[in-house]
Amino acid sequence: MDTLNALAHGFSIALTFQNLGLALIGCFLGTIIGALPGLGPSNGVAILIPLAFTLGLPATPALILLTSVYYGAMYGGRISSILLNIPGDEPALMTTLDGYPMAKKGMAGEALALSGIASFVGAFFATWGLVFLAPQLVKVALLFGPAEYFALFALAFATLGGIASRNQAKAALAAGLGLGIAMIGVDGQTGVPRFTFGEVHLYDGIDFLVAIVGLFALSEVFIFLEHRGTTKATGDASGIKLGRLTPPLSMLKQTAPTMARSTVLGFIAGVLPGAGASLGSFIAYSVEKRLVDKDKTFGTGDPRGVAAPEAGNNAAAGGALVPMLALGVPGSGTTAVLLAMLLALNITPGPLLFTNNPDVVWGLIAALFIGNVMLLIMNIPMVSLFVRVLLVPPRYLMPAVAMISFVGIYGISGSTFDLMVMVLFGVLGWLLRKLDVPLVPVILGVLLGNQMEANMRRAMTISDGDWSALFASPLSIGLWLFAFFGFILPIVAGRFFRSKLPRTDSEADPD
Amino acid sequence: MKNFVTRLAATAVAVVSLTAAAHAFDPGSTECIAPANPGGGWDFTCRQAGKTLQDLELIPGTMQVTNMAGGGGGVAYAEVINKRNDANNLIVAASSATSTRLAQGAFPGNTMDQVRWVAAVGADYGIVAVAKDSPIQTLPELMEMIKTNPTSVSIAGGSAVGGWDHLKVLIAAKEYGIDDVRTIKYVAFDGGGEAVTQLLGGSVQAFTGDASEAKGFVDSGDIKVLAVLAPERLEGDFASFPTAKEQGIDVVGANWRGFYAPGGMSDEAYEYWVNALGTVYDSEEWKAVMAQNGIAPLGLRGEEFQAFVAESVASITEISKEIGLIQ
Repeated sequence: MDTLNALAHGFSIALTFQNLGLALIGCFLGTIIGALPGLGPSNGVAILIPLAFTLGLPATPALILLTSVYYGAMYGGRISSILLNIPGDEPALMTTLDGYPMAKKGMAGEALALSGIASFVGAFFATWGLVFLAPQLVKVALLFGPAEYFALFALAFATLGGIASRNQAKAALAAGLGLGIAMIGVDGQTGVPRFTFGEVHLYDGIDFLVAIVGLFALSEVFIFLEHRGTTKATGDASGIKLGRLTPPLSMLKQTAPTMARSTVLGFIAGVLPGAGASLGSFIAYSVEKRLVDKDKTFGTGDPRGVAAPEAGNNAAAGGALVPMLALGVPGSGTTAVLLAMLLALNITPGPLLFTNNPDVVWGLIAALFIGNVMLLIMNIPMVSLFVRVLLVPPRYLMPAVAMISFVGIYGISGSTFDLMVMVLFGVLGWLLRKLDVPLVPVILGVLLGNQMEANMRRAMTISDGDWSALFASPLSIGLWLFAFFGFILPIVAGRFFRSKLPRTDSEADPD
Repeated sequence: MKNFVTRLAATAVAVVSLTAAAHAFDPGSTECIAPANPGGGWDFTCRQAGKTLQDLELIPGTMQVTNMAGGGGGVAYAEVINKRNDANNLIVAASSATSTRLAQGAFPGNTMDQVRWVAAVGADYGIVAVAKDSPIQTLPELMEMIKTNPTSVSIAGGSAVGGWDHLKVLIAAKEYGIDDVRTIKYVAFDGGGEAVTQLLGGSVQAFTGDASEAKGFVDSGDIKVLAVLAPERLEGDFASFPTAKEQGIDVVGANWRGFYAPGGMSDEAYEYWVNALGTVYDSEEWKAVMAQNGIAPLGLRGEEFQAFVAESVASITEISKEIGLIQ
């Protein structure tokens, strides 16, 4: 009951005209920032920090503005994923897998609306989780040492197969490529630069955003250039259908259990400081594929494949606020920026934040609820606006995509070197597409590979090189078992199903 | 319209001549490079100093902050040397991380004497801490444990191996009399917060970091500070914790924050910046900024600061060679 009283108090703080206005601005800007390739939630928040300072906002309104941008960007990332097959930010990566095929099938409107609703469900319940479970969940985060994190990332890799491609070997090749790219940069455990060729720009490694924008957005532009003037470039530019602007009730019913499961998984991934939203949406998608994809429709425009990662990554965004508020430890890049903001406002994050600054915490949580509802209301009517992007002829759209990519990436670091790396990734993406190698595992390799390696090395340092340390706790053994069965079961089950239902396989071949 | 333009031009001329009159040296439009993404320590140093410079009317107008991330500050360092060497209106945020990387040759081809070191505007002193229920009570106890059995203690920190969090512990260990500091187990995490979490979770036995990083956990009583690596006890929340020196280990580990300027900057401009940043450091406004952010006093400027950086680069070079990080 205390919690609810505190929350009511939070609403009384958040519900002023100024704060509502800030939340509205934040949600709107966030959606745009999320939708633009290259600009993700962490850049969005970082860019707006100076604005919050210049406006001279006190702590609570400043946080309301920035968290609205954060939640807004998590919503917005899906838009370009679905419409253009270009993820607006890292966590929206998985949404391309089924979102874009849905749009190609003429269901862009449904996909956008459904993903908006899935985002709302994920964020809404994650915020409730934040309200009631934050203190308990902190203990979960403490259970994860380096060995457990390594097992978690191994689990993620074990379930990677079968995602994004029917050709397992190509998916594995792509993931290996990503892992290799992740090795570039100064190795934290020895301080030695690897694969940098003495180039100081490479010391920090390859920025995920540069890789994503290059691989997805620029390669799309290259493909367009290659097919210049022919209709093949866009496939179906003429008879494009936007679909309905609201998802049918049956689709919502079908995806409801998916959203529920993905919310839980995403939230847990968000709570772990070393995991974050990308892992949240990935785990949500791959688990859902394992559980319900009996007809092999995932990857061909299955609504559940859109709902799962969107519920997952928005729930993870809420989950990531748990360690940030309760421990002062950021669970993602964006919360790291928010944390810096808190420090600048003279608020010490840490175990005492809830007791020392209840106004800030509960005002913020109330603002999350408000922002979330605002985003849903704002996003559903805006679907009709967004889908019109598909009506823009590619000869105008593609130059715009190229321009936004260049401006966005240059805006992050102000370095022309990153632009060249991005172009290289564009060429790589074009090549991989030609070879029909899926792009998503490449990015997952880069995103997860760094963390996986770092945690294994940490565990080894602590245990003096004793490998058994990786299987020492019940939690890590449990994770390893999941990883093992996640890897083995599809092989066995796949063989079983294939012999029984030979026709489904051929039907699942879309193009 | 033409009238308006003329008036505008006239005003501009008037403004320029006014500001020129106010300073012997006119820096024009000033710029501060933060060699990292927005939100980090260097970004903060630039923005706060820029704001105070403006509030005290030491510079004309606003100081522009440029974020130039990459290579742990190396990208900005190379840019300043190669392209902005003659700029008189430019300062760049730096910290112990900068001098550490310079000492270890992590900015390929660049050395500390290629730029002019202007001033330090504060320091974040290092701490060594353990979990609240740890049997270890003092820094010498921890060091003794490491000395007798190096594998029994893992120390977590927020910087990479060879980074400042790591070196602080090694310097302290050397001072205590541990000969082969390479045996010390240091585990690198992504930032101090993650390292503290691992301490609370029991994966590691000790934590090394900056006082400001650990403040929240010290306030809540979740961690026990064994020693503060400062010349004397800190003020405020940390006053109850002994320094390493009090415990017989004479080590100071300051993560200083300050600025450097291009190597080709004129003496006149250098003087101007030393004075301007010195005035900022002495101001009440800056004292409030330091208090708010858990930064301790460290006000070196001009030649004195140049010598301090040179000395710190030399000592880091020495220890880095000792642990085999550089040849």
